[in-house]
Amino acid sequence: MLTTEEKHKIDHEISLVPSPKNACIEALKIVQHSHGWVSDESLKDVADYVGMSPAELDSVATFYNLIFRRPVGRHVILVCDSISCWVMGYEGIRDRLYEKLNIQYGQTTEDGRFTLLPNCCLGTCDRAPALMIDNDLYRDLTVEQLDEILEKYT
Amino acid sequence: MEKPLTQHIVPGRAPLSLKEYEKVGGYQSVRKILKEMAPADVQNLVKASDLRGRGGAGFNTGLKWSFVPMGPEVAKPKYLVANADEMEPGTFKDRVLLEGNPHQLIEGMIVAAYAIDASISYIFMRWAYKVAAREIIKALDEAYEAGYLGENILGSGFNLDMHLHTGVGRYMCGEETALLNALEGKRANPRAKPPFPQVSGLFGKPTIVNNVETLCCLPHIINNGAEWFKGLSKTGDAGTKLYGISGRVKTPGCWELPMGTTIRELIEEHGGGMQDGYLFKGLLPGGASTDFLVEEHLDLPMDYTAIQAAGSRMGTGTMIILDDQTCPVGFVHNLQHFFAQESCGFCTPCREGLPWVEKILLAIDRGEGKPEHLLTLDFHTKYLGPGNTFCALAPGAMEPLQSALKYFREDFERHIHEQHCPWSKAKVWQPSI
Repeated sequence: MLTTEEKHKIDHEISLVPSPKNACIEALKIVQHSHGWVSDESLKDVADYVGMSPAELDSVATFYNLIFRRPVGRHVILVCDSISCWVMGYEGIRDRLYEKLNIQYGQTTEDGRFTLLPNCCLGTCDRAPALMIDNDLYRDLTVEQLDEILEKYT
Repeated sequence: MEKPLTQHIVPGRAPLSLKEYEKVGGYQSVRKILKEMAPADVQNLVKASDLRGRGGAGFNTGLKWSFVPMGPEVAKPKYLVANADEMEPGTFKDRVLLEGNPHQLIEGMIVAAYAIDASISYIFMRWAYKVAAREIIKALDEAYEAGYLGENILGSGFNLDMHLHTGVGRYMCGEETALLNALEGKRANPRAKPPFPQVSGLFGKPTIVNNVETLCCLPHIINNGAEWFKGLSKTGDAGTKLYGISGRVKTPGCWELPMGTTIRELIEEHGGGMQDGYLFKGLLPGGASTDFLVEEHLDLPMDYTAIQAAGSRMGTGTMIILDDQTCPVGFVHNLQHFFAQESCGFCTPCREGLPWVEKILLAIDRGEGKPEHLLTLDFHTKYLGPGNTFCALAPGAMEPLQSALKYFREDFERHIHEQHCPWSKAKVWQPSI
């Protein structure tokens, strides 16, 4: 069930576009913002609300890298794996994260604290290697900095 | 040396507020066009300035605008969209403008919207630019408050709304027709052209999509004229350019310099030269989807004309350096992994061809390459080339591959002949998912 607040926000997005369907990505973002991800149930609720079939909406949802159709941890770590970060040796960062969190890409730590994902170029190539945790960007990274960075997220 | 686009950007300092921006001449171009110029005058001035699209394609901006139908009987609303989806690997120039001076972008967008008589505008920005989003929202509020946006702007009768739209991640969104589909809440597949967006774009209405850096040039062209803009350049392509360097140079970064600054000056003076212990081997001049250039090209001016004549494209103007200690096969493999992953899957050559290319490069990289693999890569560069796919993604992906096969063919052959990567194991690119 969509909450009153979610409906209110979605209504605002619908008011800005010609047809409710045009607001479907915004609606998915709103639901993901409150739940952390988009469950099958949420997807169906949004589809009903904007007048699409669940299959049609899922084709949109799964197209985009940052709509999560599986549960994620409290914090999502996005490691840039594109060219400049590779040239500057991002694999050391990735391997340290694998080791420290005891998970691989696409997995969530057992305590639900972190999900680890690879990500396309973060647009900060002059300060590679880089990663993002939630809304925070970290750059000029060294393996030694990782412990301190991760401690900020509980 | 004049640096109109970045003169008020100080790294590490918050961007100018509206009041501060007005004090240094901000929004004068809006006052000028609303008072003294008709939309056609703005179009003609920008056409005469030779401003070319800074997103990579390099099309004359004023000419692009001129295809928008004008006049009272034309379908309304018309739209202007700022393409701030900067996702080309190795590119980080628009971030500088978005974070550093959001009012300059808004001012440029008002100029562009006026020139094509658009009444609704969007900044389509990638999700990752969180600082930029915060600054733009603040600047939009200020601009509405001051009457530069909204209804009857400065009493002129011109109306313009402006919204920030943040994407949810997909390289395809940078292609202008795919971007419009994303804005409409659809999968970001590219559209067939014609009709071109200028005639039938967002929600079927006339639409112009311009790159952030392009839009940021506009206030300065209005204020200072076409000849001044052309005079900023060292060569025949007008203006300044935001150039960038990433990779193993001493001081990677982004700099606004005269268009046509040579590659050598960029690398040696601004990038500080190669890091100690690393030698230059090649570079991609303007992002992941441009052809390699090598030593013999270092004295070329970085502009549209010279780089194209050398068989590549200036693209976004942000170069990625390949050094002698990085495996060129791994380098290209990393790029092809990106392109294969980001293909929208809509047309067959791209959807099937790019993963094939990626798998072959993985095999060569791992020491499992066969001599016939090079022929397979060669034919892909043709079958996925211009004219054989629905949009420019796959042809763009083939540019670094075809030029790597040309300039670094010996390195590919060595991998196959020796059945291992001659570079250190740590530098073998391995996709993780």
